[in-house]
Amino acid sequence: MSKPQILDADAIRRAITRIAHEIVEHHRGTEQLALVGIRTRGAVLAERLAQAIAKIDGVEVPVGALDITLYRDDLTAIGPNPIVHQTEIPFELTDQRIVLVDDVLYTGRTVRAALDALIDYGRPGVIQLAVLVDRGHRELPIRPDYVGKNVPTAPEEVVLVRLAETDGTDEVILGVAEEVKPHDA
Amino acid sequence: MTKLLIRGGRVIDPANQLEGTADVLIEEGRIAKVGPKLSAAGAEILEADGALVFPGFVDLHVHLRSPGREEKETVASGTRAAAKGGFTTVCAMANTDPPADSRPVIDYLLAEAQRTAVVHVLPIGAVTKGLAGESLAEIGELKAAGVVALSDDGHSIMNARLMRHALEYATMFDLPIIGHEEDTTLSAGGVMHEGRISVKQGVQGIPSTAETVMVARDILLAEATHSRLHLAHVSARETVELVRAAKRRGVAVTAEVTPHHLALTDEALQGYEPNFKMSPPLRSAEDQAALREGLRDGTIDCVATDHAPHTQAEKEVELETAPFGVIGLETALAVLLKTLVEPGLLTLTQLATVLSWRPAQILGLPCGTLSPGAVADVTIVDPARVWTVTAGAFASKSSNSPFLGWSLRGQVMEVVVAGRRVVQGGRVIGTNGKGDA
Amino acid sequence: MTREWTRKDLLGLEELSSEELLLLLEQARAFKEVSLRPIKKVPALRGRTVVLFFLEPSTRTRTSFELAAKRLSADILSIQAGSSSLSKGETLQDTIRNIEAMKVDIVVIRHAMSGAPRLVARTAVSSIVNAGDGSHEHPTQGLVDLYTIWEKKERIAGLNVTIVGDIAHSRVARSNLWGLTKLGAHVTLCGPPTLMPAGIEQFGVKVTYNLREAMRDADILMLLRLQLERQTQNLLPSIREYAKLFGIDREKLAWGKPDLLIMHPGPVNRGIELAPEVADGPQSLIYDQVTNGVAVRMAVLYLVSGGRQIRKARPAPSPTQPVGV
Repeated sequence: MSKPQILDADAIRRAITRIAHEIVEHHRGTEQLALVGIRTRGAVLAERLAQAIAKIDGVEVPVGALDITLYRDDLTAIGPNPIVHQTEIPFELTDQRIVLVDDVLYTGRTVRAALDALIDYGRPGVIQLAVLVDRGHRELPIRPDYVGKNVPTAPEEVVLVRLAETDGTDEVILGVAEEVKPHDA
Repeated sequence: MTKLLIRGGRVIDPANQLEGTADVLIEEGRIAKVGPKLSAAGAEILEADGALVFPGFVDLHVHLRSPGREEKETVASGTRAAAKGGFTTVCAMANTDPPADSRPVIDYLLAEAQRTAVVHVLPIGAVTKGLAGESLAEIGELKAAGVVALSDDGHSIMNARLMRHALEYATMFDLPIIGHEEDTTLSAGGVMHEGRISVKQGVQGIPSTAETVMVARDILLAEATHSRLHLAHVSARETVELVRAAKRRGVAVTAEVTPHHLALTDEALQGYEPNFKMSPPLRSAEDQAALREGLRDGTIDCVATDHAPHTQAEKEVELETAPFGVIGLETALAVLLKTLVEPGLLTLTQLATVLSWRPAQILGLPCGTLSPGAVADVTIVDPARVWTVTAGAFASKSSNSPFLGWSLRGQVMEVVVAGRRVVQGGRVIGTNGKGDA
Repeated sequence: MTREWTRKDLLGLEELSSEELLLLLEQARAFKEVSLRPIKKVPALRGRTVVLFFLEPSTRTRTSFELAAKRLSADILSIQAGSSSLSKGETLQDTIRNIEAMKVDIVVIRHAMSGAPRLVARTAVSSIVNAGDGSHEHPTQGLVDLYTIWEKKERIAGLNVTIVGDIAHSRVARSNLWGLTKLGAHVTLCGPPTLMPAGIEQFGVKVTYNLREAMRDADILMLLRLQLERQTQNLLPSIREYAKLFGIDREKLAWGKPDLLIMHPGPVNRGIELAPEVADGPQSLIYDQVTNGVAVRMAVLYLVSGGRQIRKARPAPSPTQPVGV
């Protein structure tokens, strides 16, 4: 049974290119700009965004990867404590313009955790949010600054993002809850 | 007095080389006759069809804890436990508080037994004053008071010269010394058998040499002094070899082994559970095999439980802190059936020999047999009855058993002591089996 | 491969699988990074209470656990020997029950008797972490040592690790033995026969009383602290002789490979197991062990607190909702 495809590989590529343009335009260049991707797929997207920005502006902006496991607000509710991966932010955050990158924006809790984590690392000047897919159903007052595609969904549905670096192929599909393993941030 | 006819059971009486279906007639508290299809007018009939009929078991090694530690056991509860396990005679060890090293303590024990015991209680006197291993107790007095043997069990007689003199002196009264063979300098601090498991657990071990060194010493001393030595609770395979060689040489040494040493090994201590902690400790599989073979070939003469009650509060602590000792009167028979008789290592006649006949012989007691004229102590077992060992069901005051939770087959259903029915339908009845109504 | 930590307690390394050991090491690496941040704190155990119940004196293990719990934002309660009601005759079980009645989440326990944490874990509702019990195990120290080796050498399998000292009384040696053999290292034990447990070869290790031989092919040399009481127990003729035969100084260091690494769980009896210049020298990993101690213990506390949640949680597995993004 094939699941409806929301974005194919080309659509993903175009979305990333467009977001890269939007970021550079909004920040009037790349000075003091840095990208931080939320593990796992957000980090992959952040790398791709950085490459796209490099093509536009000729500058390689710093990229970091953030693991938010230790900041989740649901550690008491789920089963075994999820595996913690490493955070790598090889640059100074203070006063920088940070764009947080993630694959799917849903309730907003992951972004809330990411904000807490980032602030423990330093005091960014500005934090913005870029996501590939916004599926609605926010539970916290969080809004994205850059969106690849808005996809209205029902709660029992799930948006599956697959990227070549992690899953072997590029696509975004819509699935049903039972078939999905817990999102491993 | 009453006449009692035990009808149709499978009678096992090694003293008379009897094993077969027969009736047992009891009159005036003694065995009157054993034979097929006996008639007895006016006798109470006890149907024993399908049951095993043994001479009442004799336990040479029981700690009744009275006087002094009645929270663990009393003469009443201890003898009820004995009865439930089929033991009609128990020998009470001397490490009470005060210890049984003088006449008044023996008199007390015998008076308590007269008043509250449901089976025969025979006192064991101390070898040394206060069980301190320093000077001899007044053994003549103890003999006059009625002790059947001497033992410092619970403590060790470390001084070889003292042991020598004790053995010599005791021969004057024809009293065997029951040796608790433990070199405390080797065992000090130890908590379980020194072997693979103790290494893994990081627990201080008691090496086999703690026992064998003393066994060798005391066998040689007994040999040199021509005296009688009975080795309590043997646990190591080297001990069995030493006894075998000594018997071949004609030394008057006898030995006993506990049901728990026959059924368990040091593997039982992997959970640090204090209900498996006793002295001497449960040893390795090789030791266990040697003990079983030793019992089978007669090197080890008999089984004795070393019934050692401790309160729950005392045992429910860390392994190192818990006291040594486990109870055993109520589980002995079934455990032996399961570990030795069912697998075919021991026949029923051999079982009766090690539980009744041999212990009686060792102490020269007029029991352990169903010969006409013998005191009517009879134990009747339902070999098919299945039961589970549960803490709440013990007649003993304590429940520190290593067999908790075991499912066993074979239960004592009826026990007769001196002609009186003391256990009926598996339950202990009455408070005194000594003839008073 | 899904790897999950589902245990409520950490009582020893002997019962862990190699997957569980590797999981612990990987998590330790993630937590080491936290200790390198400017703000060395994460909210993962916020609102949880960790009790440090140390019935044997300890500075480094206790402070290491304390720091680990604090960096996870947990609340700490520290109870030490002598000050506890145990000295008034209360049993260990009762003391733990009383502590648990205050609704704590994790009890880290160090006890002089082997098996005490297991006794407690049987009835405890909170997670029990063994910080050293008698001569049985010191699992977090074993993990620290494993992690230090793994971080430095990028593997454990195939390494030659020699442990020197009073193996018989050492819980650190035992924990390391289980951890190293499970992960495929070749372990050699070295020390005088009176301090070597009889039959230890059965656990897949080599035994030798000759230090030179033990050092020859070693990649790692782990020294154990010698308790000075062993001399009075007639296990050693003198400390001086022990140091001469088994102590590592610069001269003896040359018996080993040039890239031989030295470890010691601490505290070091300088001049006995180790000469100061070796302890502080370039081949020593001793200070890495201390640094790694906090990260390893953070990983342990984090994982057991999750394991405890499973114990409490719903029985029937239900389809999992994707975690909110």
